[in-house]
Amino acid sequence: MLIKRLLLNDRGGAIVLALIAAMMVIIPILNLAVPTSSPFHVSTFTVTLLGKFLCYALLALSVDLIWGYCGILSLGQGAFFTLGGYAMGMYLMRQIGARGQYGNAELPDFMVFLNWDHLPWYWLGFDSFAFAMLMVIVVPGLLAFVFGWLAFRSRVTGVYFSIITQALTYALMLAFFRNEMGFGGNNGLTDFKDILGQPIAADTTRIALFLSSGIALITAYIACRYIVTSRFGRIVVSIRDAESRTRFCGYKVESYKLWIFVFSSILAGIAGALYVPQVGIINPGEFSPLNSIELVVWVATGGRGTLFGAIVGAFSVNYGKTIFTSFSPETWLFALGALFVIVTLVLPKGLVGLFNRPKKSESAHEALDNETIDKETIDEEISGTKTNSAEAK
Amino acid sequence: MNILAQAKQALPVKDPDFSKVLNGFGLEKDNFGAPVDTSKRTILYVEGITVSFDGFRALNNLNLYVDEGELRCIIGPNGAGKTTMMDVITGKTKPDEGTVYFGQQINLLELSEHQIARGGIGRKFQKPTIFEALTVYENLELATASNKAVWWTLTKSLSGEQKFRIDEVLIQIGLKELRYKNAGALSHGQKQWLEIGMLLMQSPRVLLVDEPVAGMTGEETEKTAELLLSLAGKHSVIVVEHDMKFVRSIARKVTVLHQGSVLTEGTMDQVQNDPKVIEVYLGE
Repeated sequence: MLIKRLLLNDRGGAIVLALIAAMMVIIPILNLAVPTSSPFHVSTFTVTLLGKFLCYALLALSVDLIWGYCGILSLGQGAFFTLGGYAMGMYLMRQIGARGQYGNAELPDFMVFLNWDHLPWYWLGFDSFAFAMLMVIVVPGLLAFVFGWLAFRSRVTGVYFSIITQALTYALMLAFFRNEMGFGGNNGLTDFKDILGQPIAADTTRIALFLSSGIALITAYIACRYIVTSRFGRIVVSIRDAESRTRFCGYKVESYKLWIFVFSSILAGIAGALYVPQVGIINPGEFSPLNSIELVVWVATGGRGTLFGAIVGAFSVNYGKTIFTSFSPETWLFALGALFVIVTLVLPKGLVGLFNRPKKSESAHEALDNETIDKETIDEEISGTKTNSAEAK
Repeated sequence: MNILAQAKQALPVKDPDFSKVLNGFGLEKDNFGAPVDTSKRTILYVEGITVSFDGFRALNNLNLYVDEGELRCIIGPNGAGKTTMMDVITGKTKPDEGTVYFGQQINLLELSEHQIARGGIGRKFQKPTIFEALTVYENLELATASNKAVWWTLTKSLSGEQKFRIDEVLIQIGLKELRYKNAGALSHGQKQWLEIGMLLMQSPRVLLVDEPVAGMTGEETEKTAELLLSLAGKHSVIVVEHDMKFVRSIARKVTVLHQGSVLTEGTMDQVQNDPKVIEVYLGE
């Protein structure tokens, strides 16, 4: 029943999920079981690249949930992604132990370099994987809660909300650039060695990370579908379309916005945590406002308000970026800008809008019923207008 | 005051099942904590309300009393303060002075919009505002009086009783056959009815209806008049309208607003023959 509700009427979503699942089966086999000499071998570089795309897709999903369904255009979603990434990075830093440049088992290299003599309090506990994973959820979630509570309670909406989220991510970037913050300054956190006792660069670890990203994406997708097909989801859509009407229906709009915003920021945090071990570095550059804007472009390109469109957009734009930057890196930003303009003008429903026909009613029978009714009401309207014009005369 | 005497005459027969309907939907849980005390028959007390926007007095010492089950029409020239008055009652605008009581004990000025809506005051906007991306059925589902906390809406669907109530309202507003149609595809009149239906789903004690027939065809206007008349008695209905013919067809008691306060009150005939009203409408 639940599966039916989640995936029925969502053909596009089912196809995208099936493709991801297929990829999760095929890629590990082609990477681990097929010898390097074979033309079918998939390099670890590609596995990592695809794993990165899966994280981006999860991030795009989180944006689509709030932007596509609730109309909250957050231009600071990258901040939650990066915070999740930092939480994971801190765990990975603590795993380096005495293998750093300075051989200090107590302190990460950059702290030794800054002549710090003890670990700051906010680094405590990050030796534990479980604690770090908790922080991956708690830190972005808590920031979103406090920020959202203040913003939504004051009824900050639309473009004003977008601007303050930009300011949020920009402020975080400036703060994290400072060495005194204790997060490695502009170098960020890097030189990771192990994750859960496994060497981070090993093929099997890469595959495990790739699979984890895929599982996270699929789980998040189903969770999002659950949300948008529930009564909560319909209320959220109503808020997007007619906020004050929803309020006069007796809903506390602020709470709805707040919780969907918090949930979405947690998804972004998880995406960041999976991203960091695969790329091997996290630095304040990830907070850059440009990143957050770029990911809105992914969602717009894929098709907003469909969930699976966000995944399609994240994959296609990033694949395009990989291809493009390999032969003409300096023109990529122009291409991205042009893409956004073209999508806005020509494809308001994004790439998936090309394939996704408008949804038919529950059954053909009902559709037929509706049509007959339509004719009747049209007739009524025509006769009504006639009466009116007759009166006017 | 002769208002009360007049109101008594105008008051239609009360629907005996009214309180049952309310109880059936567990509205008390979401209520103001205290039941609405209408032992004096008056359900809404608006007293001495003044609202200023940048020095302009939109409402000026406005007094208005609405009885339970009454159908009241409010007319007045543009800028008379009709919409502002609705804003004050529904909690959208806080007045500079005055009090608004729902029943004898509930002070509406202390409550926010969603609390007032849950407590039983429904509002229909001038422009039809329905949720166009959802179907007719889903629109009513959203408006249903039920637990409106986040967690409930995420995990629970409506009870059979509530679904039954949706069907009832669908029949009442004449959109039963269009239940699965997207609300955005409805005609203007149908949208207005849907919005009234959404108000009904909240099982309100008081309905505020802002210009229900603006832009409607003659036939649609008639249907709307019928619908509103059928609601009076079960609910107190306050209709703000420009269309005098329409007001005449439904009005029992009319209040004329002018420059933010009540100019006169009475039956349609009394009001139309009132020299003050003639002066305001036709000029000196």
